[in-house]
Amino acid sequence: MTRATAPVTRRPAPAPADPKARAAPPLPLLLLGLTLALLALMLVAVGVGSVSVPPDETWRVVLAQLTGGTGTDPVHTQIIWDFRVPRVLLAALAGTGLAVAGVVLQAVVANPIADPYVLGVSSGAALGAVLALSFLPLTIGWIGVSSAAFLGAVLSAGLAFLLGRRAGRLAPTRLVLSGVAIGYLFLAATSYLQLRATPGELRSVMFWMLGSVSGASWQQLPVAATVILTTTAALVLLARRLNTLLMGDESATALGVDVHRLRAVLLVLAALLTGTVIAVAGGIGFVGLVVPHLVRLSCGGDHRRLLPLAAVTGAVYLVAVDLLSRTVDRPNELPIGIFTALFGAPFFLWLLRRNTSLDAA
Amino acid sequence: MRLTVEDLCVALGGRPVLHDVTLDAGEREIVGLVGPNGSGKSTVLRAVYRSLRPERGAVRVCGDDVWRLSARQAACRTAAVLQDATGNPVGLSVSEVVAMGRTPHHGLLGRDDAGDHRAVREALAACTAGHLAAREFTSLSGGERQRVLLARALVQRPRLLVLDELTNHLDIRARFELLDLVRSTGVTTLAVLHDLDLAVRLCDRVVVLHEGEVVASGPVLETLTSALLAEVFGVAATVRRHDDGVVRVTYAADPLGTAAPTPVRG
Repeated sequence: MTRATAPVTRRPAPAPADPKARAAPPLPLLLLGLTLALLALMLVAVGVGSVSVPPDETWRVVLAQLTGGTGTDPVHTQIIWDFRVPRVLLAALAGTGLAVAGVVLQAVVANPIADPYVLGVSSGAALGAVLALSFLPLTIGWIGVSSAAFLGAVLSAGLAFLLGRRAGRLAPTRLVLSGVAIGYLFLAATSYLQLRATPGELRSVMFWMLGSVSGASWQQLPVAATVILTTTAALVLLARRLNTLLMGDESATALGVDVHRLRAVLLVLAALLTGTVIAVAGGIGFVGLVVPHLVRLSCGGDHRRLLPLAAVTGAVYLVAVDLLSRTVDRPNELPIGIFTALFGAPFFLWLLRRNTSLDAA
Repeated sequence: MRLTVEDLCVALGGRPVLHDVTLDAGEREIVGLVGPNGSGKSTVLRAVYRSLRPERGAVRVCGDDVWRLSARQAACRTAAVLQDATGNPVGLSVSEVVAMGRTPHHGLLGRDDAGDHRAVREALAACTAGHLAAREFTSLSGGERQRVLLARALVQRPRLLVLDELTNHLDIRARFELLDLVRSTGVTTLAVLHDLDLAVRLCDRVVVLHEGEVVASGPVLETLTSALLAEVFGVAATVRRHDDGVVRVTYAADPLGTAAPTPVRG
């Protein structure tokens, strides 16, 4: 990795220290390659766990379930089909949702340090979940707690955006700092409620704060998949307009884009994505920061490429991190959020140091 | 007329900033908008590229009120090169930035076709920036950036070009290069130029704004009289055609009149 630590003084000099002309492969080829990699990784991830299942057996079980065939080992079938397949699918969906939300938020504020986690959204979700666990009757069950987490996430995002505005426009630095402040406020409330919680409730509070895909079940998947995939598709259609936001509001307006309406639409979609992911997988941090940047660094920032590539790369990333989180300390599992933070936080700091344009903002 | 601005009144945050501004620009004409800081030049431009809705009055491009057109329709007619401080196009190549100029010509499902790619190449070549196509936009020098943004504006296939301080912060050679480029496009242009010397070189006509009002307009030589420069800009200067045929601004030895016992402004 070249360290572009140009002094903050002036625009870079014209000729020599120049990034090479990008000759990235065409988008369909990249997408195909990444999707195949994702499928292969998912197959491996389904086979690995506290009980190891050989890849050919894994493949037979998955195939048998998909085609309605029989004759596979019942224990393996249960482990793979009831636990691991939904878990891996959920990891992939959550990765996609968070990566796409990150791309969108970074375009909305024309600043690469935006990320759903940085905006205090996961603290909001945790608070919503803890409130539901503490004050609502247990009969509301899993759906009720998920809905409360979703509402908390959307509420904190809305607050951050309201407080992050100056004279009707989103000011990036203000938005990020508002998000951090809201995150702490909600964390304080959550901590207070935790003191009153029973050990059982405490476990589930940890789940919402650190995030996990270990509790995945088939029932959660259809709604989450529908929301995440249709929202991503809608955003891909808006990709060209997202590009114009990077040039600044006035320039985007002069390109025929209704900036205020576009930004409102994008914020709603980003909050929807994040809220949905958090409702099923808790607050998994930094995915929306790491994945968009990896794609941007390797394939450029044009959203017509960036969005679809980040969607698939996000899935690959989170499936891989989930695999790591349950193999590092076998047979114990560590929360996935610990690993995303472990990779994400240093990446965030590296990004802050590298990105001199932030100083201007 | 390509552009007509009629009795334009604009208020920002309740404070009126433009009063009955009227101006026009004909086919292939380059009209300069000059005036001191805060006189409302950029506000006029914002009303023209449909960013600011006027309280009263109208902006017509090719005969149609821009606020009766959709944002996209208006952007198919008017392109702008602006000093946009909030922009930060990380990771975009020069040709991707220029391709943005095709945005108003496409709907949600529109994809760039061979024609769009050709338009991008041609515009870059016209702005002597063809060799920059694969470079990262944020790695360009100031002069290169402005040439690329001008190419983006041309890719919009505009009938009116709006330029806000196109040559700000650029070295002197880059300034003249850009002026030549603007003239070579042949597109009707409304330009705010801070530097009076560049304005008189580039423009066919000038419109002088002072405190939100048009105080003079017309051909450069007749309009920018010494009396007007003293009144509006507060400097002692003359604009005249030199022997080599070039119109230049000459500032007095004591342009502020501070050394003289009788200042220029009464």
